[in-house]
Amino acid sequence: MNKERTVKIVLVAVIGIITALGAVPLYRHRHSTMPFIAGPGVTKVIKLSDYAPTLKGTMGDIDVFVMEGKEPGGKALLMSNTHSNEPAGLLAMMALIENAVVEKGTIYVAPTFNASGSRNTKPGDGYPLYFDIPTDWGRVRFRFGNRDASPLDQWPDPDVYIHYPERQALSYVDVRNTNRTWPGRPDGPLMERVTFAAMELMRREKIDVAMDFHGAETMFPVTNCIVAPQKSAKIATMASMTVKAMEGFDNHVEPSPGNFRGLSHREIGDYSDALPFLMEAPIPFLDQPTGPKTVKLLIDGKDDFLLSLAGKKKLFVSYDETGWPMDKRVGQHASVALEILRQFSKKNPERAIKLSGFPRYAEIVQKGIGSFFHDPAKADPKSVYYE
Amino acid sequence: MPVITIFYYLITAFVVVMLGWNFWHEKKSVNDMILYLLVIVPLLLRILRVK
Repeated sequence: MNKERTVKIVLVAVIGIITALGAVPLYRHRHSTMPFIAGPGVTKVIKLSDYAPTLKGTMGDIDVFVMEGKEPGGKALLMSNTHSNEPAGLLAMMALIENAVVEKGTIYVAPTFNASGSRNTKPGDGYPLYFDIPTDWGRVRFRFGNRDASPLDQWPDPDVYIHYPERQALSYVDVRNTNRTWPGRPDGPLMERVTFAAMELMRREKIDVAMDFHGAETMFPVTNCIVAPQKSAKIATMASMTVKAMEGFDNHVEPSPGNFRGLSHREIGDYSDALPFLMEAPIPFLDQPTGPKTVKLLIDGKDDFLLSLAGKKKLFVSYDETGWPMDKRVGQHASVALEILRQFSKKNPERAIKLSGFPRYAEIVQKGIGSFFHDPAKADPKSVYYE
Repeated sequence: MPVITIFYYLITAFVVVMLGWNFWHEKKSVNDMILYLLVIVPLLLRILRVK
């Protein structure tokens, strides 16, 4: 064998080994599962593809937990992990599924709305692949994903994403962003099929209230708020004022821009009878000028650079040495969701939605969100759903 | 599979063949050989549909 051929074989072998070593953790991340325990309030679990058959067998198909009350009433759809690097909503929904009981009306919960995004990552930012939440019985491991669906599930990207049906030109990457592909279509790219299925669920089931849980940078003006279109504004304002007065945290209302298409708080309201609300909790992890993107930063939200910027009044939320911990973010989502449902029920008593067992802000901050999670090893195996 | 995706697979396959051909015919520069291999990896994974 001549020298040139030997060099080539060695190079192929070395690069093959390096590629394989890099691929193994990503493969494991993509194929790992998260346990969801259907608590006493879950009456059935359906698939999102029940509303759009073109989703069947794809990474866009997810479990939807249905919590029906004994009394008929209104209906709500709650979605989290639309952006899988904003996990506070996911934790809130997990606590809801495991603990809450609906007394009146029905709640549909889609905790991993963008399942593909939760199996993606952002290697350029050094994202961790997982994060753990401590509980009384051990730790629950969650996949930490990215804002967009994985290109392994939806490819190729266009040069410019032309929104359907409004034809607004959006960034190319937004074709994989489930908060830009609303209201979707049954035969579009995968993420459009996901949002279309959710729209179909809302239209067929006559959903009254739709909530989409997110997180936003402390340096981004649309943070720590409820984003609502005109039709949802009164309820959002009442919820905002009530949580401020009764529970002591800020969560202002931002209007949904009429000309910015593809977002849940815009299209759900325009293409169905549901009242949409998008909740943004501050997440320092997503800010650009921070230290390393570690699990610690994700959980405690403490960062020296942001602290310095807060002193220069460059942030849109209050920020001190206590950071912006996960429990606080989850607690805000929980209380705001409960308050929106309460305000909606007050205005529409015949369509009221009432539930119990879902913790509020103070309880989550005091006990930690992990204290509301149950051990899947001790749960009835029939009630454990692995996503 | 949409037609556009099929075209992208064909384009990817074409680039893989070109890179492979260049790698095979490169006689001296080890740097170029490494570059060809590094560039070919994601394209090859795409064609093989490794997820």
